[in-house]
Amino acid sequence: MDLILYDEELREIQNLIDQLHVDARSKIVFVVDKNGQQIAGAGDLGSIDTTSLASLTAGNVAATDGLAKLIGEKEFSILFHEGERDNVHISIVGNRVILVVIFDDRSSLGLVRLRVKKGSQELTHIFDRIVEKTKSQPSAGLEAAFAEITDDDIDNLFS
Amino acid sequence: MAFINYAAREVNCKIVYYGPGLCGKTTNLQWIYEKTNPTNKGKLISLATETDRTLFFDFLPLDLGSIGSLKVRFHLYTVPGQVFYNASRKLILKGIDGVIFVADSQEARFDANLESIDNLDKNLKEQGFDLMKIPYVLQLNKRDLPSAMPADVLTKELRVKGEPVFEAVAPKGVGVYETLKECAKMVLKELRRNA
Ligand SMILES: Nc1nc2c(ncn2[C@@H]2O[C@H](COP(=O)(O)OP(=O)(O)OP(=O)(O)O)[C@@H](O)[C@H]2O)c(=O)[nH]1
Ligand SMILES: [Mg+2]
Repeated sequence: MDLILYDEELREIQNLIDQLHVDARSKIVFVVDKNGQQIAGAGDLGSIDTTSLASLTAGNVAATDGLAKLIGEKEFSILFHEGERDNVHISIVGNRVILVVIFDDRSSLGLVRLRVKKGSQELTHIFDRIVEKTKSQPSAGLEAAFAEITDDDIDNLFS
Repeated sequence: MAFINYAAREVNCKIVYYGPGLCGKTTNLQWIYEKTNPTNKGKLISLATETDRTLFFDFLPLDLGSIGSLKVRFHLYTVPGQVFYNASRKLILKGIDGVIFVADSQEARFDANLESIDNLDKNLKEQGFDLMKIPYVLQLNKRDLPSAMPADVLTKELRVKGEPVFEAVAPKGVGVYETLKECAKMVLKELRRNA
C-alpha cells in the first residue's frame, strides 16, 4: 500500500527527530522507509549524500531481514556498525520504517540506545496514524494532484 | 507502492531492471547516469563484485522535473542477474512500480532469458505483485552482436503480455532512454489510474 505523508505528520516526525538528534548527542538522525525512500532527517545533513544513505540503509536492512528469516528469526531489530570515527545505529520502527542515528565519541552506544528506544515508541504512534489516515482517506488530495495530469504532461516530462 | 510525500509534493517511483546475467542491466544505468544533466541525478551506487558483476544492486536516483505542482522522482535499480543471487533479487523487487526486462539477444542466451522471465514472475508473486498487471517493458539488448537472433523472433518468444518492445545497444545508448521513458510513462499513468 502507498504511504502518503502529509504536512502535519511530517512536522511531527521532524520535531521528534530534531529532539532525538539533540538528546542522543548524535551527528545525524534519519528516517527512511523500508523501500529506501527518505522521509526526514536532522543534524549535519549537508555533509552526506542522503539519497544514497537512504537506499543503502534500506538495502542493508532488507539483506539482514533476509538473513534473519533464513536462520528462523523474525527480524534483527537493531543493526550497529562501529567505525574508527563514526558509528551507525539502525533500528526498525513499527515494522515499516528505519531510524538511522550516526554518532561519534561525543556520544555513546548506551545513550543512543536509550534515546532511540524512547523515540521509536513515539515514531511508531505517528506512523500508525499515517497508515490509518492513508486507509481512511486513501486519495485525499491525490485526486486533485493527479486529475489535472494529462498524457501530454507526462510526455512533456521527457522532452 | 509509490511513496508520495505530500509535504514536499513529491512522488517517488521505483523501476527495476531485470534480466539474466550479463544482459546489460548495469550498462543501461551507466549510460543514463553519464548522459543525465548533473542537476537531475544523484550518485550511481553499484554494489558489485571485483569483476564488475552486480552483487546486490545498482541504484540511480533521477529527477524528472514536475507535473503540475508535483515533483516526479524515479529510483532506478538493477538486480544481480546471476542465478545464485536469487535471494538478493527478491529483495530488490520490494515496493516496485515498474519493471524493465533486459533480454540478451544472443542465441546462446535464449534459454537464460526465458528462465529469467519465469524467475521474475515467481519473485513478483512472492512480493505480492502480478507480472500481468504491473507496468512492464521489454528491451532486446545487444542488437549489435552478429549472434543476435532476429528481433521479431525474440519478440514473439519473450513477450508476456503485448508489452512495448525496444531494440537496444546499451553501451552506445541505442534504445536506452526510449525504454526508460516508456516504462516511466506507464508507471505514471498507472499511478493516475489508481489515484
Ligand atoms: N556488444 C554489446 N555488449 C554489451 C551490450 N550491453 C552490455 N554489453 C556488455 O556486456 C557486459 C555485461 O554488461 P552488464 O551491464 O554488466 O550486465 P548485467 O546485466 O548488469 O550483469 P549482472 O550484473 O551480472 O546481472 C559488459 O561487458 C557490457 O559492456 C550491448 O548492447 N552490446
Ligand atoms: Mg549488473
